[in-house]
Amino acid sequence: MNRFAELLDRLVLTPSRNGKLTLLVDYFRTVEDPDRGLALAAITGDLTIAAVKPAMLRMLVTERMDPVLFGYSYDYVGDLAETVSLVWPQTPGNIPNREPTLGEVVAKLQAASRSDGPKVLAGLLDSAGISARFAIIKLVTGGLRIGVSARLAKQALADFGKLDVAEIEELWHGLSPPYMALFAWLEGKAEKPRNTAMALFRPVMLSNPVGDGDLEKLDPGDYAAEWKWDGIRVQAVAEGGIRRLYSRTGDDVSGAFPDLADAMHFSATLDGELLVGDPREATGTFSDLQQRLNRKTVTPKMQQQHPAFMRCYDLLQLGDEDLRALPFRERRGRLEAFVKTLDPSRFDLSPFVAFADWQVLEDLRRAPPHPIIEGVMLKRWDSPYVAGRPKGPWFKWKRDPHTVDAVLMYAQRGHGKRSSFYSDYTFGVWSGAEGEEELVPVGKAYFGFTDEELKQIDKYVRDNTVERFGPVRSVRADRDNGLVLEVAFEGLNRSTRHKSGVAMRFPRISRLRWDKPANEADRIETLQALLDR
Amino acid sequence: MRASDLLHPRPEGLYCPPGDFFIDPVRPVDRALVTHGHSDHARSGHRSVLATQQTLDIMGLRYGDDFAGTTQAARLGETIALDGVNVSFHPAGHVLGSAQISVEHQGMRIVASGDYKRRRDATCAPFEPIRCDVFITEATFGLPVFRHPPDTDEIGRLLKSAAQFPERSHLVGAYALGKAQRVMRLLRDAGYDKPLYIHGALARLSEYYQSQGIDLGILEPATVDGGKDDFTGAIVVGPPSAFADRWARRFPDPISCFASGWMRIRQRAKQGGVELPLIISDHADWDELTTTIKQTGAEEIWVTHGREEALVRWCELEGIAARPLHLVGYEDEGD
Repeated sequence: MNRFAELLDRLVLTPSRNGKLTLLVDYFRTVEDPDRGLALAAITGDLTIAAVKPAMLRMLVTERMDPVLFGYSYDYVGDLAETVSLVWPQTPGNIPNREPTLGEVVAKLQAASRSDGPKVLAGLLDSAGISARFAIIKLVTGGLRIGVSARLAKQALADFGKLDVAEIEELWHGLSPPYMALFAWLEGKAEKPRNTAMALFRPVMLSNPVGDGDLEKLDPGDYAAEWKWDGIRVQAVAEGGIRRLYSRTGDDVSGAFPDLADAMHFSATLDGELLVGDPREATGTFSDLQQRLNRKTVTPKMQQQHPAFMRCYDLLQLGDEDLRALPFRERRGRLEAFVKTLDPSRFDLSPFVAFADWQVLEDLRRAPPHPIIEGVMLKRWDSPYVAGRPKGPWFKWKRDPHTVDAVLMYAQRGHGKRSSFYSDYTFGVWSGAEGEEELVPVGKAYFGFTDEELKQIDKYVRDNTVERFGPVRSVRADRDNGLVLEVAFEGLNRSTRHKSGVAMRFPRISRLRWDKPANEADRIETLQALLDR
Repeated sequence: MRASDLLHPRPEGLYCPPGDFFIDPVRPVDRALVTHGHSDHARSGHRSVLATQQTLDIMGLRYGDDFAGTTQAARLGETIALDGVNVSFHPAGHVLGSAQISVEHQGMRIVASGDYKRRRDATCAPFEPIRCDVFITEATFGLPVFRHPPDTDEIGRLLKSAAQFPERSHLVGAYALGKAQRVMRLLRDAGYDKPLYIHGALARLSEYYQSQGIDLGILEPATVDGGKDDFTGAIVVGPPSAFADRWARRFPDPISCFASGWMRIRQRAKQGGVELPLIISDHADWDELTTTIKQTGAEEIWVTHGREEALVRWCELEGIAARPLHLVGYEDEGD
């Protein structure tokens, strides 16, 4: 349990992706079965343990210590799980020979009935030290919140076994905790686990951005072009009565889109874009789509207002036939015929964009006919469907980003190589009536500048600090003083979380405008106009 | 006599009227008794200072030889009469030279503990509980959430991380007096025998520790010119403030570590951008505070600098009279 607790503690404070991978791979290497598999399941959210409510936890601890002292403690720490793990009194006379393993803890928690759950939890807390107690409480209160996605955990497995992550993704949905067969394979001690489960995820094919000079070397005749739709890339798999929608990283998102899943009356694997609206009439904007994202439950009203549909790009499997090795031209023909058999309110075909040469396509790319199109896709007619991001067969050619001139408001110190630099910037634009303008924050960016520019901004921040809060500095920014940053971004979402009402997608610093006076930075109305388009 | 007639707070610090002296005054006074060398307790500019020899040495290193008009070294356990008041110094286990001060007059004994801890520390003499009528305790970590783990475990985590990330450097933030030397000594005791790299602010104090027979091994300056130009895999020790500074840019992709009792609270580590918190403290944790209070047998407890309310509450529950003693000028960040 202590090794798992230590892993959680390190992961939550390690900002870099590579650092997290190192910690995870090390854990998989040094910890035995079934603990490492249970830890993996806890991280990917595949571990089922009956939840304990915070009120119950509080009751358990105040039965054991003075409630006033607990109150002081909780006020100071601010996090219930952490407070309880720290103040939990060691029961005198109850000294176990050793602390429980993760396997023992999980087994006890899973075996506990609803009524004796609290007693079992208290017994476990009695038997563990401070960091193990924290980990136990995190397991029972749900949600580790350690900044590790299921995708990153799979990447760590791939690194551990020196494999491509696509191999893990393809297997993943047929496996279950504690993943002993998987680890045995990764360590070279057993054959690759055979996958017998239905409706599995097939690792998706991704594209590369069009770089400078790429197109000059390519023959337009070798490529088909489609619009690049800005929804969610999904894979729809139906097999043997099982229907699943997977995200592009292999997470099962069927639960959020029951309306679309219900329409999957087929036995096939489709690749496409999830969008909202009715494909026969109008495609919804990204703001509309946002209404359907990150929800645990979807109300019938929501499904009616913003019905989900799939714009199909590719056909990977039809019945028992795996089509992935066929050239795109052939798969596309099969797809066109297949989509005709599907519910037209839920599935349509991603149309081709006709073009004679790159210049024609360039013009189309710059001025797409719908706000949810973010550019064009190029696909070689002869390309098979392969997992990952091979260079050459598929390209994405995005519309130019939007830009806005904003004023630097706050700067935060970075991590690792940047720990002595103020490298994360919050910027704002003007709002309010003339003479009463104030800056409202509209986003945060931490890349897009060169190392030399980083040094310059860092110096500016240090020289113009107004206030400090921990690692954050508030920078002088008013009508007469301030650093103007040209910020590039891909799109704008409506936001209720931000005071400005907007949230940028992929913001980055595109230029430092040392020359521009702060009062000439953009106003919030400029951004609002983009929203309403 | 009442205890408050023997010692009570004044703006300058804790004052003893019959002996006419202050303990750890924060402003210049005629006669000062100093518990230990941390700068919020040991200030310069007093007419006379009574402290342990090591504390006097440390004050000399920090402020220059003329930090006080006259100085007198107190030997541990020896009684000194000051205008009829008997004072004696006893080890506090906080940092090298740190002492509790016992003040006795007309059958009443008050012990001002200064800062103290109860854990074993190879860089200073261990705390000795003194029986007394009134015990003045610090409360830096006076909340039940503060329970320091064994320091050897924390050093073990640092060494494990150094092995896991050999391509990076580890920057350990530690206060220049006491904590830094303790961390270095713990590393040596754990078998780490490579050179340690130190920030300039640590050099003289560390040299002094070594001259007092506390072996810290080879310490190299963490400077670029004339020294090592590649800090890959190195462990570097310096004051915490230096790591946010431009000074830290010479290190390759550093992992910032901070050795402090505050690191017990995850949010504190997170806010400070600390990647590897090391819970190593020179102050007593909650269990040490409550154990010590019982061991002194004191009928009354005065609680100072820190979270007084929780410790006062605990004393109430135990049937011990207690009150907060509001002293000004000591840093909350006393770790």
